[in-house]
Amino acid sequence: MAQRVALLDYGSGNIRSAYKALERVGASVVVTSDVDEALEQDALVVPGVGAFAACMAGLEAVDGRRVIDSFLESDRPVLGICVGMQILFDRGVEHGVDSPGCGFLSGVVEALEAPVVPHMGWNTVQADQKSRLFAGIEDQRFYFVHSYGVKADGIDPGRFAVTTANYGETFVAAIESGALAATQFHPEKSGDAGLQLLTNWVASI
Amino acid sequence: MSLALRVIPCLDVDEGRVVKGVNFVDLRDAGDPVELAKAYDAAGADELVFLDISASSSGRSTTYDVVRQTAEQVFIPLTVGGGVRTVDDIDQLLRAGADKVSINTAAIARPEFLREAAERFGSQCIVLSADVRRCQEGTTTPSGFEVTTHGGRKGTGIDAFEWVEKAVELGVGEILLNSMDADGTKDGFDIELIQQIRDRVSVPLIASGGAGKVEDFPRAAAAGVDAVLAASVFHFGELSIAQVKDALREQEFIVR
Repeated sequence: MAQRVALLDYGSGNIRSAYKALERVGASVVVTSDVDEALEQDALVVPGVGAFAACMAGLEAVDGRRVIDSFLESDRPVLGICVGMQILFDRGVEHGVDSPGCGFLSGVVEALEAPVVPHMGWNTVQADQKSRLFAGIEDQRFYFVHSYGVKADGIDPGRFAVTTANYGETFVAAIESGALAATQFHPEKSGDAGLQLLTNWVASI
Repeated sequence: MSLALRVIPCLDVDEGRVVKGVNFVDLRDAGDPVELAKAYDAAGADELVFLDISASSSGRSTTYDVVRQTAEQVFIPLTVGGGVRTVDDIDQLLRAGADKVSINTAAIARPEFLREAAERFGSQCIVLSADVRRCQEGTTTPSGFEVTTHGGRKGTGIDAFEWVEKAVELGVGEILLNSMDADGTKDGFDIELIQQIRDRVSVPLIASGGAGKVEDFPRAAAAGVDAVLAASVFHFGELSIAQVKDALREQEFIVR
């Protein structure tokens, strides 16, 4: 039977592409903002675009932190994408405003330091040997669009599989620990490489 | 730096069909947008741009269907522009499956629209599309370049350089720079214009207008753009995405 995936709808941008990409790789996807309906599924995807604080507010409005927590407590996979990854960290600093995140991962989301921002387009990644998301994926580029990120040097590589990318500085492109996985790039917009990564994630469910 | 320079085909969509005008005047039908989008994805396009040129409201709702069908089948970024006037227009396009929305005339009429759009949806999905030409007889601006509307037919008297700087301040995350002097000429991108704008903005810059030969693309890249956009040379098979990327690679630009 197809893996049942809840795609959390909390008013954040284009989730249609994530929906279609997950379907394409064989998942049965329910788009929902309802806690109970989400918790009935086998795994959870947390999308997210736009501002950190606005995403957190949207997430809290649908009790999203509790949904994520419940999935992780029961060891069911959670995948955060883009700002959906960022809000898993302790906090985010945008335009000098420090906002609390969910705190499932320790670290701070900060402005990228590069000559041209947003970091927009197809970049390479340095996949962690321990990564399950990147199993069988080599020399591929993924689509990024973001102005903020988490510096890679603050992450303990002993505790997490940390995949990095470089744009002005080295930042977290993907992070995995147990049931929790997250990508700064958009796998649903990264062509065949992105679909392969989603296939790997769905296989872990 | 390992970020790839993006090669982007632009599809002009009228009433659900792809067309491309020479200097936006003589329109020729070049097919089904969804099929063309799939073909470009397979050919290695890094992103797609749909420009809705429909005049009627029925044509505009057809565009939402086209966006929806494309987003279901093509897993690369899609920007949609043309006639985007309200926050609600943007919301509908993003919900249909667009990743970015480009805004042109509505921002000239009311610049604050850019700020409202960027605050609501995030800078990363708001693109300023600027149709720029050298000032013609009777018009002067500090830079000598002015912003136009109506596909380059109407001047606004607004200084082009000041306009893009202001748009970035208002929150746009990318500039789609269309040279109306170069558009349709196939004589190459407007290098002078690109360099001048590059010096003034630190958001990603897409060059558009004038592509005719493969050599035109590395020249635009050397002028500092993050992406190159073309329409007719791709639609009519004069150049392939692969040929353009090979030419860029030969000049040591990074491509996917």
